Amino acid sequence: MKSSLRLMLAASVGVGLTLPAIAADPIKIGVIAEVSSISGAAIPNAAKLAADEINAAGGVNGRMIEIVEYDDHNSAADAVRAFQRAASQDHVHAVIASYVSEVVLALEPWSGRLKMPMITPGAASDVISHRVHEDYAANKYTFHGYMASTFLSDSVCDGVKAIAGPLKLKNAVVMSEDAAWTIPLDAEYLKCLPKIGINVMDHIRLSPDTTDFTPIYNKIEGLKPDVIITGISHVGVQPTVQWHDQQVPIAMIGISSQATSSTFYKDTNGAAEGVIYQTISAPDVGVTPKTLPFVKAYEKRYNITPAYCGYTTYDEVYFIADAIKRAGGTDPDKIVDELEKTSYVGTIGKVEFYGRDSEFTHAIKVSPEYIGGMLVQWQGGKQVTVWPNDIANAKIKFPGYIKTGTN
Amino acid sequence: MKLLQILIDGFAISSLYGLGAIGFTLIFGVSGVLNLSHGSIMVTAAIAAWVIAGDLGLGPYGGAAGGVAMAVALSLLTYMLVVRPIQTSSRIAREEKEIFVLTGTLLWGIMIQEAIAYLFTSNPKTVRPLIPGVIEILGVRTPMQEILTAVISWVVIGLLWLLVNRTKAGKVLLAASINPRGLTLLGFELPQIYFWVWALYGLLAGIAGLLLGAFLGVSSDNVGQLTASAFSIVVLGGLGSVTGSLIGAYVVGYLETITAYSGGPSIRTIPVLLLLVLVVYIRPQGLLGRR
Repeated sequence: MKSSLRLMLAASVGVGLTLPAIAADPIKIGVIAEVSSISGAAIPNAAKLAADEINAAGGVNGRMIEIVEYDDHNSAADAVRAFQRAASQDHVHAVIASYVSEVVLALEPWSGRLKMPMITPGAASDVISHRVHEDYAANKYTFHGYMASTFLSDSVCDGVKAIAGPLKLKNAVVMSEDAAWTIPLDAEYLKCLPKIGINVMDHIRLSPDTTDFTPIYNKIEGLKPDVIITGISHVGVQPTVQWHDQQVPIAMIGISSQATSSTFYKDTNGAAEGVIYQTISAPDVGVTPKTLPFVKAYEKRYNITPAYCGYTTYDEVYFIADAIKRAGGTDPDKIVDELEKTSYVGTIGKVEFYGRDSEFTHAIKVSPEYIGGMLVQWQGGKQVTVWPNDIANAKIKFPGYIKTGTN
Repeated sequence: MKLLQILIDGFAISSLYGLGAIGFTLIFGVSGVLNLSHGSIMVTAAIAAWVIAGDLGLGPYGGAAGGVAMAVALSLLTYMLVVRPIQTSSRIAREEKEIFVLTGTLLWGIMIQEAIAYLFTSNPKTVRPLIPGVIEILGVRTPMQEILTAVISWVVIGLLWLLVNRTKAGKVLLAASINPRGLTLLGFELPQIYFWVWALYGLLAGIAGLLLGAFLGVSSDNVGQLTASAFSIVVLGGLGSVTGSLIGAYVVGYLETITAYSGGPSIRTIPVLLLLVLVVYIRPQGLLGRR
């Protein structure tokens, strides 16, 4: 009905001019992200890439995908305004939002109030899916399209367990930025590291505003650990450069979101050399047959490799389109029903969501069968996968000033 | 050991703060302008150096030269595009001009900050160190760049002292800060003097930004913090007093470093802010203020 009205309107406007080519209404997907950050920029970039591919192949039942972009400047208030505008003014049918947990947690109630299906490609806090579990009726429109923090820690622990022997890792200091996503991350680190035989000597939470990390490294070095287990995303360049320039002799392994994009090497002038980070897809390994073609297309268009949330966003546009196709329209409740049934092999593995019985309701399933973690190291300016062994492309190699594995 | 580390780190950061604040206080002393786009000029120098050294492939020295040149150009642009039109406008009441300049430079600074974030993202960048590597000072492993930061800061400050106290141009600058009206009666063109002061300021802010970029790394998000830190140092030392600013820089630099090592980096700036409140209560003109 609505579309036929629009058709008539379009036709009447076109009278006397050239008649516009009338296509079916597009499917609009709102993308809310902080575009001036490495991770944030990858979200709209990857979304546009996926949308263009889907449209080139004929769209969804003849309807084109239209990406509507909003910059939230890493502000929850800006993101909420963008979300409201997307729903009430721009009439989008689903939203892909942010890599920042604080922002996604602020949007989650709005997703319920405005009945707007929303998925985050990069935020990690466990609370996002816990809320869906606790109040399904209100929060069922939110999906968590990236590993929850607890799974991230477990994945890091699995990787560290595999490499601890040869590198002689026994003692660790956990160093995380103070943010919503690192609260469950650190809690799990403190549980899973001892389980794999790593003694946690100290647990440091640093302010994301920190510019001089010398005192922190000084303190850590005094404890003489074998490894620094990281949980950093908002910070990245400065701690890495200072680690390198001060030649802190301890390896850094863990979550370092900024390190996932190739611009990180350039931004740090190569100080990233030797950094090991956990991720779910890397530019050198075909996790699935879709991974490498995506990386290639992304690099061709944007001249950099995608940050971690570029992979997830790309997949999300595809499986949202699939869900809308299966739902036979854009009714939000039907989209949610179909998203719940998602079983989609994308660039990161096989995407399925936990059901209502799991405390991680609507978060992506994590296991080697679905989405598994991997460790990637910066070596000679390239991101190379070093774990799991069956897909690893290189052995771990540190710059000369790192003492790990040699003592 | 920790004490020595604090002494070394504090000295480097204080020297850098001093260099950053000295240009800020110079502009105020000579032309009465509080330039709130200070931080953005410093960050521009660092980001430009990063782009020129990396993307344009001119290496660390080419980058350094280009970064400082950018800062000088931007500083002059700030004067001619923002400050000068307000100062000469006949439609703005004389007593309101200061507040207009404050607002104008603040907004200008935000524009530059947003432009940098748009073009180069708000992610921090680090300028390639001029001298890479580390050296042991009595057992404290210190990056060569940190030593270079302190040395260059003091060489530049020394040259500025020579310029102001030993050259005719410097005497004109001093005169402009003491009695601008008298200077015009002697036949000097104030706008011309201001032009050179802004060029000199750009040079100082540029070098400071560059050193900061190589030492700790900078991002467009640091703009406000850098302006605020120069402002705090200058208020502490006494507005318009170069020596006061240097002392202020060392007080702030060491207080921050001691706090960062003893209490943790997340509370680094708190004692300085408390000290500022105290200074404003007890000695509003600052340590060596003359106004």
